[in-house]
Amino acid sequence: MSSSRIRSYAAPLARARGLGSAKEGVEHWWLQRLTALALVVLTLWFVWVVVRLSHATHDQALAFVAQPCNTVLLILTSVTSFWHAALGLQVVYEDYIGHEGARLGAIVLTKFAAVVLIAATCIAVLRIAFGVV
Amino acid sequence: MATENTSTPTVGTGRPLSPHLQIYRWHLSMVLSIVHRATGVALAGGLLLFSWWILALASGPEAFAHLRGFIGSPFGLFLLLGWTWSLFFHLANGIRHLIWDTGAALDLPSVKTGGVIVLVLSVLLTAVAWATVYVL
Repeated sequence: MSSSRIRSYAAPLARARGLGSAKEGVEHWWLQRLTALALVVLTLWFVWVVVRLSHATHDQALAFVAQPCNTVLLILTSVTSFWHAALGLQVVYEDYIGHEGARLGAIVLTKFAAVVLIAATCIAVLRIAFGVV
Repeated sequence: MATENTSTPTVGTGRPLSPHLQIYRWHLSMVLSIVHRATGVALAGGLLLFSWWILALASGPEAFAHLRGFIGSPFGLFLLLGWTWSLFFHLANGIRHLIWDTGAALDLPSVKTGGVIVLVLSVLLTAVAWATVYVL
């Protein structure tokens, strides 16, 4: 393969086509930073929530989540955290999983899991907010 | 020839290979770089506890009590302490990364000072958060 590649008559552009960047990397990089920036505020708020609710009863915790401002922030924290984590794990897979099928499978499974958990947590928060619980 | 794998570098080609991890003496920037990744992976696991917390809260008092029992156990507290430090480290070092993305603070002295600040801050914030829980 290597010797035939050296003797190839194809132009460098023709050989590179389909092997290199699909111009998707910028979007991944940008989203990772954008979610990171949002998480600076959201995680600090969330740590404060965990500390505040550390001794709370079930009813007190429900009342806290049901406050409109907290409902919105909790949903934003969930969506942003899971998406940031999925993007980060994808980079780890791309660096360490050599087998292409396994790598793609891991990325797909992680993205699916992220979406499922975003849906589950957001719906749970909304049920609490609307008093369905 | 057709089955030869060109994607992995081999010693047999006779080409010089760049030195890998075990060649270098470990220094702070290397450690913090890999720890940033490790804490990121750990925090992705921590999101499972986050999910459990919200779902248990919505499920009712029994599920919530079950979760609190787990978090209050020695193993649960150990995990929570690890996640607290991971969160503060990843947060502080993440801010350092965001600053680097603007092109600032990339010189060697700034990188070294920044690394020390991040480490101290992560331990300090973890201590403050846990102290607040026990003081409350």
